[in-house]
Amino acid sequence: MVDVRSGIGEALPPPEVEDVELYHPHSWWTRYVFSQDAKIIAIQYATTAIAIGMVALVLSWLIRLQLGFPGTFDFIDADAYYQFITMHGMIMVIYLLTALFLGGFGNYLIPLMVGARDMVFPYANMLSYWIYLLAVLVLVASFFAPGGPTGAGWTLYPPQAVLSGTPGGKDWGIILMLSSLIIFIIGFTMGGLNYVVTVLQGRARGMTLMRLPLTVWGIFTATVMALLAFPALFVACVMMLFDRLLGTSFFMPAIVEMGEQLQHGGGSPILFQHLFWFFGHPEVYIVALPAFGIVSDLISTHARKNIFGYRMMVWAIVIIGGLSFIVWAHHMYVSGMNPYFGFFFATTTLIIAVPTAIKVYNWVLTLWRGNIHLTLPMLFALGFIVTFVNGGLTGLFLGNVVVDVPLSDTMFVVAHFHMVMGVAPIMVIFGAIYHWYPKITGRMLNEALGQIHFWVTFVGAYLIFFPMHYVGLVGVPRRYYELGEMAFVQESVHSLNAFISVMALIVGAAQIVFLFNLAWSLRHGREAGGNPWRATTLEWQTPETPPPHGNWGKELPVVYRWAYDYSVPGAPEDFIPQNQPTPGLVTHETAS
Amino acid sequence: MAVVVILVLLAAGSVLFHLLSPWWWTPIASNWNYIDNTIIITFWITGIAFTAVVLFMAYCVLRFRHRPGNTAAYEPENRKLEGWLATSTTLGVAAMLAPGLFVWNQYITVPQDAAEVEVIGQQWLWSFRLPGADGRLGTSETRDITPENTLGLNRNDAASLDDLIIEGGELHLPIGKPVKVLLRSVDVLHDFYVPEFRAKMDMVPGMVTYFWFTPTRTGTFEILCAELCGVGHPQMRGTVVVDTEEDYQAWLAEQQSFSQLSASSETSPAATIAAAAAR
Repeated sequence: MVDVRSGIGEALPPPEVEDVELYHPHSWWTRYVFSQDAKIIAIQYATTAIAIGMVALVLSWLIRLQLGFPGTFDFIDADAYYQFITMHGMIMVIYLLTALFLGGFGNYLIPLMVGARDMVFPYANMLSYWIYLLAVLVLVASFFAPGGPTGAGWTLYPPQAVLSGTPGGKDWGIILMLSSLIIFIIGFTMGGLNYVVTVLQGRARGMTLMRLPLTVWGIFTATVMALLAFPALFVACVMMLFDRLLGTSFFMPAIVEMGEQLQHGGGSPILFQHLFWFFGHPEVYIVALPAFGIVSDLISTHARKNIFGYRMMVWAIVIIGGLSFIVWAHHMYVSGMNPYFGFFFATTTLIIAVPTAIKVYNWVLTLWRGNIHLTLPMLFALGFIVTFVNGGLTGLFLGNVVVDVPLSDTMFVVAHFHMVMGVAPIMVIFGAIYHWYPKITGRMLNEALGQIHFWVTFVGAYLIFFPMHYVGLVGVPRRYYELGEMAFVQESVHSLNAFISVMALIVGAAQIVFLFNLAWSLRHGREAGGNPWRATTLEWQTPETPPPHGNWGKELPVVYRWAYDYSVPGAPEDFIPQNQPTPGLVTHETAS
Repeated sequence: MAVVVILVLLAAGSVLFHLLSPWWWTPIASNWNYIDNTIIITFWITGIAFTAVVLFMAYCVLRFRHRPGNTAAYEPENRKLEGWLATSTTLGVAAMLAPGLFVWNQYITVPQDAAEVEVIGQQWLWSFRLPGADGRLGTSETRDITPENTLGLNRNDAASLDDLIIEGGELHLPIGKPVKVLLRSVDVLHDFYVPEFRAKMDMVPGMVTYFWFTPTRTGTFEILCAELCGVGHPQMRGTVVVDTEEDYQAWLAEQQSFSQLSASSETSPAATIAAAAAR
């Protein structure tokens, strides 16, 4: 077992950190706008991500209106439809999920959970947000540019992404999209280095790596992965920009477009796909690992029980992170790459299922013999497990190379990835917001509104995406503006599509209830106090709530235990904070 | 308690939906029923896992929900249980992967006697090429594409001249004979997708991709494009007809070869000028 005393007395920062070490704001502008406080930056990241996420939500409504009721809405033509699906996907994956998990939760929770005053490089951290905002603005600008945003699909596969048969291909759309991604990656790198260094160097005394809450492990591992994966996308974007603007041929072979010979030659469209998915598959886990970490802490806290198999959970996160770099070509089984790759990538992909399944077992085994409080964070955590298990299992279809052949590029794929990296991580985001909102604002979110939000979102989202798998099983391809006449598609499939669309409108509307709750509770929520959930981790032990700049007052916390001492036999309460010494009490760290 | 009810309903409902829903794959028309079988195995294994996890959760919530006086157990680890779960998961995964890889090996191993057919994709049209009497497809090159030679066949390759060319029409295939489909695109990515055949593969400009299958029942099937290829993607439709051997031979006799098509186009004045300019 882990040694309680490890780290204490070695070369570590003194408990009292001089005030001058932190940059203190001098005006309203430097306190709330150009702030270097990770907590303010977190709120800026989260607000921006949720705002652009609302655009993606509206786009999803428009997509579903077209799919459920084709031909009814004149303003959705084929061009617009492809622009909607492209921007919906890109916004959700990059500008919402990645930014919110790492920029939002990472910034807020890392310094507080590891017991630091702030991120290690506060100035670069501030820049990271403003560059992210610029990336979002460039993305939004493409909606107003001549020709509109790109309609190449979020995967941006060349050659079509830069040709005239695709909306935005020969206009501004694709240029702004690629530029925005490049800017995003620059900004992310500044933030990402911060998160990694802060976890490695900024921990409080006694906070060994094996005492970190799993939230920090998840965000930390995801950030390391993002720092390694985003450069592949960066390179791909730069090369495609060159192909589009300078006439190079990185991804462009000899092409006859609409009867006209183009000047390109010798490039490889498949090279782009390798670069894209070398980034794109780790990206799935860049979103999933923070969710894994956070949900572990939600389940443990609200079931009043230690997370089951903590060390196994840490290793599973690290192994999944590592393996996710050698599975990328499972997105390319029918791409025309060398077919022998299929053996390798199917095997690595199915191996990843094992550590992932272990995580699922450990979550449900944490519930076993727990003392389960059905709070909103717990409800969302349960919703996460259901949707994640469902989406993860359909991944075993698509990862298993030959099974993927009939299913790839059908609605089955759409259903799978929405369930596993859309619904499931968003369940965790909601759970996390209900969990940490009291720390961020000092007030609780409204319970009744939260219940409505949870039930409509969870049941509704399941009713959207579970039946959608069967639309794909019938053989309906994805990215079809309209199905038209298809002999093999029964009439009832169209009715099912209409049902899915109605559910999508309802689930979208439930998010307005959530946004209202966020705003309303800011003033009218019940006072939370410093530790309303009676949780062990350090962020709940701050002297003030919400924590001020510098987090800890005069003295930094000292850590005596892991993050999961809930319901320890013999302890006076059912939780022992990480910074509380308990001489004489036998816990799992001192037991051995 | 509502949570328990909903979780049980969700698990039971998902299973019932799977068993009772009318939405299932279209009847197969190729030899790839192995793929269908592997999907069914996967449905069984994953279905059991899903139902077990959700029902176990429902039980935990019912049994261990908070009531006054309840306390949680303190059990950080259980090596034996964790090891047992990891092992059984590995076995389950292997049970899906093994048949998957076995069938994949068949999928990429083209039989020696497979007849070659070429499918060419362009925005947003399907064209086809069959070998002529020599049984070989001639070479081709995107650079050689002209208004008269829309598929870019090599005029200097003798094997090209007798190739049969079907532009925008129907492809016919004989029943029961393995066919290797060579796939080529002249502009962007496409994907030759006939749901009844189960097989599909992307078409990539600058290279030739392939897959093979054996048609197992006669009939007319729709060709769809399964890789986003621009705004006309959903309209890129074609037709493939699986014929009996006699019907197939009759159809084959009606098709025009590359040299026949070239000869007829050279009689038009525009083509003559273009050909002269090319010389």
